[in-house]
Amino acid sequence: MTKIFVENQAYEVEDGQSLLHACLSLGFNLPYFCWHPALGSVGACRQCAVKQFRDEKDTRGRLVMSCMTPAIEGTRISIADAEAVAFRKGVVEGLMLNHPHDCPVCDEGGQCHLQDMTVMTGHDYRRTIYPKRTFRNQNLGPLLNHEMNRCIQCYRCVRYYREYAGGTDLDAFRLRNVVYFGRHEDGTLQNEFAGNLDEICPTGVFTDKTVKRHYTRKWDLQYAPSVCVHCGLGCNISPGERYGTLRRIVNRYNGEVNGYFLCDRGRFGYEFVNSPKRMRQPLLLKDGKPQPVAKARAMEHLASVLRGNKKVIGIGSPRASLESNFALRALVGPERFYSGLSNAGQRLTAAALEILRHGPARSPSLRQIEQADAVLVLGEDVTNVAPRMALALRQSVRQQPMRAADQLKIPHWLDHAVRELAQDQKGPLYIATPAATRLDDVATETYRAAPDNIARLGFAVARALGASAPEVSGLSEAERALAARIAEALKSAERPLVVSGTSMNSEAVLQAAANVARALFAAGRTASLSLAAPECNTLGVALLGGGSLTEAFKAVKSGSADTVVILENDLYRRAPAQEVEEFLSCVRHVVVLDSLATPTVEKAELALPAGTFAESDGTLVSSEGRAQRFFEVYVPGGDIQSSWRWLREIMLGAGQREAAAWQNLDDVVASIASAIPELAGVAQAAPSASFRIAGAKVPRAPHRYSGRTAMLANIAVSEPKPPEDPDSPLSFTMEGSPDQPPSPLIPFFWSPGWNSIQSLNKFQEEIAGPLRGGDPGVRLIEPPTGANGSYFTDVPNSFEPKAGQWLLVPLYHIFGTDELSCLAPAITELSPEPYVMLNPEDASALQVAEGVEVTVTVGGATHRLRIRIAPGIAKGLAGLPAGILPLEGAGLPAWSGISRA
Amino acid sequence: MEKVLTRYIQPDGVPLDARAYERAGGYESVRKALRMAPKDVTETVKQSNLRGRGGAGFPTGMKWSFVPTGPNAPRPKYLCANADEMEPGTFKDRLLLESAPHQLIEGMILAAYAIAADVAYIFIRGEYILAIERLQKALAEAYEAGYLGKNIQGSAFSLEMYVHASGGRYMCGEETGLLNALEGKRANPRTKPPFPQVSGLFGKPTIVQNVETLSNLPHIINNGPEWFKKLSKSEDSGTKLYGVSGKVKQPGLWELPMGTTIRELLEEHAGGMREGLAFRGVLPGGASTDFLTAEHLDVKMDFGGVQKAGSRLGTGTMIVLDDRTCPVGMVRNLEHFFAQESCGWCTPCWSGLSWSEQLLTSIEEGRGKPDDLEKLEFICKFCAPGNTFCALAPGAVEPLQSALKYFREDFGRHIQAQHCPWR
Ligand SMILES: Cc1cc2nc3c(=O)[nH]c(=O)nc-3n(C[C@H](O)[C@H](O)[C@H](O)COP(=O)(O)O)c2cc1C
Ligand code: SF4
Ligand code: SF4
Ligand code: SF4
Ligand code: FES
Repeated sequence: MTKIFVENQAYEVEDGQSLLHACLSLGFNLPYFCWHPALGSVGACRQCAVKQFRDEKDTRGRLVMSCMTPAIEGTRISIADAEAVAFRKGVVEGLMLNHPHDCPVCDEGGQCHLQDMTVMTGHDYRRTIYPKRTFRNQNLGPLLNHEMNRCIQCYRCVRYYREYAGGTDLDAFRLRNVVYFGRHEDGTLQNEFAGNLDEICPTGVFTDKTVKRHYTRKWDLQYAPSVCVHCGLGCNISPGERYGTLRRIVNRYNGEVNGYFLCDRGRFGYEFVNSPKRMRQPLLLKDGKPQPVAKARAMEHLASVLRGNKKVIGIGSPRASLESNFALRALVGPERFYSGLSNAGQRLTAAALEILRHGPARSPSLRQIEQADAVLVLGEDVTNVAPRMALALRQSVRQQPMRAADQLKIPHWLDHAVRELAQDQKGPLYIATPAATRLDDVATETYRAAPDNIARLGFAVARALGASAPEVSGLSEAERALAARIAEALKSAERPLVVSGTSMNSEAVLQAAANVARALFAAGRTASLSLAAPECNTLGVALLGGGSLTEAFKAVKSGSADTVVILENDLYRRAPAQEVEEFLSCVRHVVVLDSLATPTVEKAELALPAGTFAESDGTLVSSEGRAQRFFEVYVPGGDIQSSWRWLREIMLGAGQREAAAWQNLDDVVASIASAIPELAGVAQAAPSASFRIAGAKVPRAPHRYSGRTAMLANIAVSEPKPPEDPDSPLSFTMEGSPDQPPSPLIPFFWSPGWNSIQSLNKFQEEIAGPLRGGDPGVRLIEPPTGANGSYFTDVPNSFEPKAGQWLLVPLYHIFGTDELSCLAPAITELSPEPYVMLNPEDASALQVAEGVEVTVTVGGATHRLRIRIAPGIAKGLAGLPAGILPLEGAGLPAWSGISRA
Repeated sequence: MEKVLTRYIQPDGVPLDARAYERAGGYESVRKALRMAPKDVTETVKQSNLRGRGGAGFPTGMKWSFVPTGPNAPRPKYLCANADEMEPGTFKDRLLLESAPHQLIEGMILAAYAIAADVAYIFIRGEYILAIERLQKALAEAYEAGYLGKNIQGSAFSLEMYVHASGGRYMCGEETGLLNALEGKRANPRTKPPFPQVSGLFGKPTIVQNVETLSNLPHIINNGPEWFKKLSKSEDSGTKLYGVSGKVKQPGLWELPMGTTIRELLEEHAGGMREGLAFRGVLPGGASTDFLTAEHLDVKMDFGGVQKAGSRLGTGTMIVLDDRTCPVGMVRNLEHFFAQESCGWCTPCWSGLSWSEQLLTSIEEGRGKPDDLEKLEFICKFCAPGNTFCALAPGAVEPLQSALKYFREDFGRHIQAQHCPWR
């Protein structure tokens, strides 16, 4: 810590950080544009000027840019100095000379950093009378609008997009006051994190295009703290609703998890909530067709099916909350509860969980992943499976090169100085996958191989690190040398990280990853091990423990079960269609709870409409092992409610009185904690429903929320009573405490004078640090770490290509693989058509060209697919897009022939 | 006066080839320096008190001393000759580039040897086509003669040298903008510190030096620092290429002792004002320096002298304003140039300079408003040193701020009459 003086008052701040960072952390209002806590300082906009004095005697001082000046012992500055105030006001005047002042029609209005800073500096009169410069806007695809006239040339967009996110198709063109921020030509922005431009850009140049179709001002939305449901990372989000539809997603900062950024799947996938495929009423099968029925009729029917029925099983879901899965487990009994994961998913998740539980290494948070200084990725296409982690890995590759900056005493926040020094040095990052990945551009080396060989490489790295790890026989010289280089890189790092996961459906890959981590501990390194999980609650449902899908199918076949309750799960995505058909036709009663009318729902005797994440409360466990609470954003229409509430009613209808005790979410959470000790921490994920701030609830809506008394006046002129929320300390109106809530309860970021997302400065303990009181979420699994314990020894044999056969491996897509986000029109537009990917040599051996139609047989079904040729895929493999119709239930890897259609 | 920089320049301007250059005494300093320790070369240059001729006047030897040396110093190290010369009114490096390319190469070898650079670039204005051709020819000859490449003149010292033609922007002449441009990036300036001497081209230690500065080096090494100091008429040592442009009888460029007065340049060398024209003012050091007026004619053209008078020596190439030329129009032209050349990085510059151009244009075209001068003054303060990221904008407003001071009445007449009195 060091002492600085602001307006002659002494303050303790962290040594060497920028004065802007220090002042904002101290709570001062100091305007800025080009600086961003995640991007550091470049000194472009000149908005953050303060007066600096040499010592107490210096009365003249000089203007300095606070973002470019380090806080060192004795630094003396004034923010209020008249010259500094006038200069900052002048900067806004300069920025506004060409700004169109079109706030009333600008999507940024009301959440605009430029508006905020303009008011903050006091600039209110524009002295120019000349024509403004104008630009042509571009069509940047379905996700983002482009309105260049509003640009203030702060360079944040290109710095974020190119330097932070690794994008290449957005750039700054031309110079002087006509710098153009766009693509070289119209077209969809290619980077998977482009959506963050909406928040990075301090004006209305880049705004969320999906919002445009149902635009609502920030202050007119109702929010809740929520968690993204589109992959296993659990990024925190603030969804906003108005008039019963979900309007947008903005980032909800969590210092340990997503920080300032989301991926585009997470930001734009929300529209599935408004999908026409939503089920809003119970459906009862009548004359072979699902017919809407009244809730009472549905419950009666259910009671008649379930009461006294001893042959009921439940199939849970990795995309349903812990509470809903637990309620299902309570309905059917733990031994009749099945996780709902695919067979491979079940096996792999169990294996991953074993590793997470017993060590050797701790699973890092995304913040820790960013700080890893050497990384080995085994089997995961990170950008497409756990997208936000890829953005973290992009920062990790800067860790080692950044050390050179320390030698020259260049602070890490002096962004361009650090980048100019480091130039293209990156890594080490080694990526072993079957096909090319979007992180290859920052990889030290890549290795393209079949899953078994990826595992073998991992085993070989472990062996190269420590002689007690199992030997790998039959490695090529090149592979052995590569393993040695990887081992050396990991061993010489301070914070080595191994990333793997369940994507390859290979236990061997997971075990190899664990071995590398163990061997690193044996070599005296504190390694961490991150295992990606595909869905938002994969780990949660695995922690509940349940049988596999095959076991569920068997239970019905064997006659020990004849009724199944399926929770938020489309079985066609979990198993080959044939098997699912067979199962569903054997079962006497099929009851499905889901938010969407899936193919499984179509087969249900009774289907009940479940709330999506936006219409329910619950807890999800991320791949890190972090339990995080999400809250209902709005009360849905129709009979929609949280699955766990449906299940509670079903239990009561079936005579299971214990469910009566579940008055609210907290009661379900308490039952979980007492039934499963490992999940006891879940209760701490957020304050309970009885929490109040000075007797008041936390408002979901901003205090400027407008039209409340009028918005339903077309139905009845008297304003209806706002809904009660028994499950959380949040109110469904703007009424409640004006104070900052505890971090897990922050519905949206706003602070007086700070209307944009950057108001979150006011919610952090320190800028870019944790939220006040700690970041949300509770880590459930803390394994013993270290080399103790034994290595996995099942080293697979080397992959042998088969003549005329290809090993079909799953390839993942940020847009396409995830079931829910695919229903958002913008994401649908970006999803690939099904294909089969071959190496050019394999393609020429088969005599097929790009786009040629071929047939592939997988899971008993034959599909016609188009050929994609990619040099990145290993020979002997054929890549199929995972989760994309009609391949969604395929159990891969599998062997198949490929023939011309 | 002893010719130094122009010593090898032939009457027809065609440069000597390597042989002829050697016969005339060229490359002698290289042989001499290679027998010296690099740090002694730096020391000699330090002692000579040579200051940079690119505009800022930074002591050259001192700049070199910040470059890390020794076996642990980062490699490769770079030397860049700044031959961008895009400032209006400045045409001095062009003479050296076109007519004495070997002298520049010789100077660069010395500088590179002193800092143990491995690679050198001549970053040259793209429009200097003749100079580029001649440099390339000279470079080939120097390689041929063993002054470049591996083990120069049998020593352990090796140096590769390249000519790089600029894409063409004024900002590419700013030393860190130059480095970005050489790396193929936008010519935005870089944060200092770290200075290029420790983290420059491709993140490695780098020295950027003006062509004229470098061309002095062979003579300093050959003749010693004391000789060099004595060449001048002032505390700043050496000779200087001075230029005069504007409506004078004989615009031109002359090598003269450092510290020659404005009057001598104007009256003796440039032959005074053209018939019927009277002197009104001068930008002494190129387009980005403050006006001086008749009261300053006896100011010595050296770093300290011009500064004391309220301007800068800059590149030492003056632009003269006469009484038949509208000062508002002249400043408008200059601000048009600077506004256009703003790299677009920092707000006061990209926004302020364009605004100043709009204001000056409207004043010149008879649409000025009484409070426009206040706005122009605001822009000058807005772009003051320290308020902007690099020195372009502060330099850009120097002619404007001094015109507002010395020719304020002329601005006022434009606004009152709503037309330009010179038209
Ligand atoms: C906008 C701008 C343009 C410049 N253009 C040139 C140039 O064309 N040639 C040059 O030698 N220096 C130029 N300079 C000065 C350089 O930044 C730098 O100070 C100089 O090259 C250092 O060499 P010296 O120490 O030998 O003078 C320019 C500076 C600025 C701010
Ligand atoms: S588009 Fe936005 S982020 Fe990019 S420079 Fe302009 S204002 Fe800044
Ligand atoms: S990385 Fe995963 S959790 Fe995060 S925003 Fe994207 S899909 Fe959602
Ligand atoms: S003053 Fe600013 S905008 Fe102007 S050239 Fe320098 S960095 Fe660029
Ligand atoms: S925030 Fe400091 S210069 Fe832009």
